[in-house]
Amino acid sequence: MIGFNYSLGLESYGRTLPPDWPGGFWWHWLVFTVIILAFVMTVLLGFVWFERRALGRMQARLGPNRVGPFGLLQPVADALKVLIKEDIVPSQADKIVHWLAPVVTLVPVLMIFAVVPFQDGALLVDLNIGLLYVVAVSAVPILGIFMAGWASNNKYTLIAAMRDVASVISYEIPVVLSLAGVVLIAGSLSLNQIVLTQNTPLILLQPLGFLIFFIGGLAEINRTPFDLLEADSELTAGFHTEYSGMKFALFYLAEYAEALALSALIATFFLSGWRGPFLPPWLWFLLKIVAMFFVIIWMRATLPRIRIDQLMALAWKFLFPLALLNIVVTAIEVLVWPEALPWGLIPVNIVVAGILVLFLSKKFTLGWGRIEV
Amino acid sequence: MATDYIYIALFLLAAILFVVTTLLIPVTLRFLKIIPHNPTPVKGSPFECGVETIGKTWVQFNLRYYLYALVFLIIDVLVVFLYPWAVNIRHLGLTGLIEMLILLTIVTVGYIYAWKKGALEWK
Repeated sequence: MIGFNYSLGLESYGRTLPPDWPGGFWWHWLVFTVIILAFVMTVLLGFVWFERRALGRMQARLGPNRVGPFGLLQPVADALKVLIKEDIVPSQADKIVHWLAPVVTLVPVLMIFAVVPFQDGALLVDLNIGLLYVVAVSAVPILGIFMAGWASNNKYTLIAAMRDVASVISYEIPVVLSLAGVVLIAGSLSLNQIVLTQNTPLILLQPLGFLIFFIGGLAEINRTPFDLLEADSELTAGFHTEYSGMKFALFYLAEYAEALALSALIATFFLSGWRGPFLPPWLWFLLKIVAMFFVIIWMRATLPRIRIDQLMALAWKFLFPLALLNIVVTAIEVLVWPEALPWGLIPVNIVVAGILVLFLSKKFTLGWGRIEV
Repeated sequence: MATDYIYIALFLLAAILFVVTTLLIPVTLRFLKIIPHNPTPVKGSPFECGVETIGKTWVQFNLRYYLYALVFLIIDVLVVFLYPWAVNIRHLGLTGLIEMLILLTIVTVGYIYAWKKGALEWK
């Protein structure tokens, strides 16, 4: 068997709120709001530095290393620089929408963290429909991006915004369907409950679901290789071409916050969240987030950008049928073993996922010209 | 139960306040003359790689994905039925699975139809 047994650690965490969490309504709200905002902002600054350093290493260059030790203060310097930049708004732009767009983009991303557990019971609200809430809230930022693209009065930004709406609409489907597999096994929509039921990390029992969620999530947050809405070679800078100063910084933050949210959600849904031996739970959670973010950076350094028709075909003709098959297979497995899925299923599921992916890839060939399916 | 959503609403307020405050700092600094502000016609024109923009931006153009949007809507309705079933699968048992398979079959037939009709092509 695989060598870690999570159930031992579980009793010591307890199944209710630890007594040292602030109990009163306002205290609870205040403490967790501050924790979430501080956590997100700090980790984002760390991520900006980490991505630039890791990309530099992968591209055989140094990356930022002048400001502070190892360039650690580089994000702070960037923030200061961006703070005192002139704020340029195109004279023809729709000023109010132009101003509101960064707010509409960043706020929903922050909202996701309201239901993500940092430890057992250590979250703002343990919504019983947490997963549905996450799915709903995470779809809102495209509204802000579309507002930005539309209000800028620039053709490139408009095309970028249109592309983003198309890709998010398409990838919403496989993402939501792959999460149904998680719900089937966990039997709950509450994120805390999903973590508590994961005696085995679900990535082992749901390899296909993980793959679909990861690819779909990458496309939804517009990371390479799916970053068509800011394809620099075609669209200057994408939807935020006309943004400068603090508003641009907020878009930048929103992009990283989405990457952080994706990493946190993958850690919660598929890597058994804060659970792990020896180390404190929040540290496990952070380690899993950083590991996932490193994979995202790695993909950015490795893969070339794909074309828009390939992007759409991948969602509709490849990931969607896979997600449906994943649901059916998972449902049958859950009905056969209603208590808990046995360990023996792990290799079986991985093999099944591999066969399905290989089989569909044979059907799904990308020619040199347009797609031939 | 309602308390949960009050938390969410309060957190939404806090998040909006946080982001708007961040946006208001440069505005304040501009009034304090720390940040420059001198718009010129060239600066205010849309940036399109140095080429002057031709025609209006806000024109009608071909939305290629309204068919995607239609298929998306159908499948989103499927998801609405899927999640309650997924939560309760252990109680609903085999009957629930068979019923869900029927629904999935209907959606799959529609999906194949849309594919054959060319609704899933980006062209």
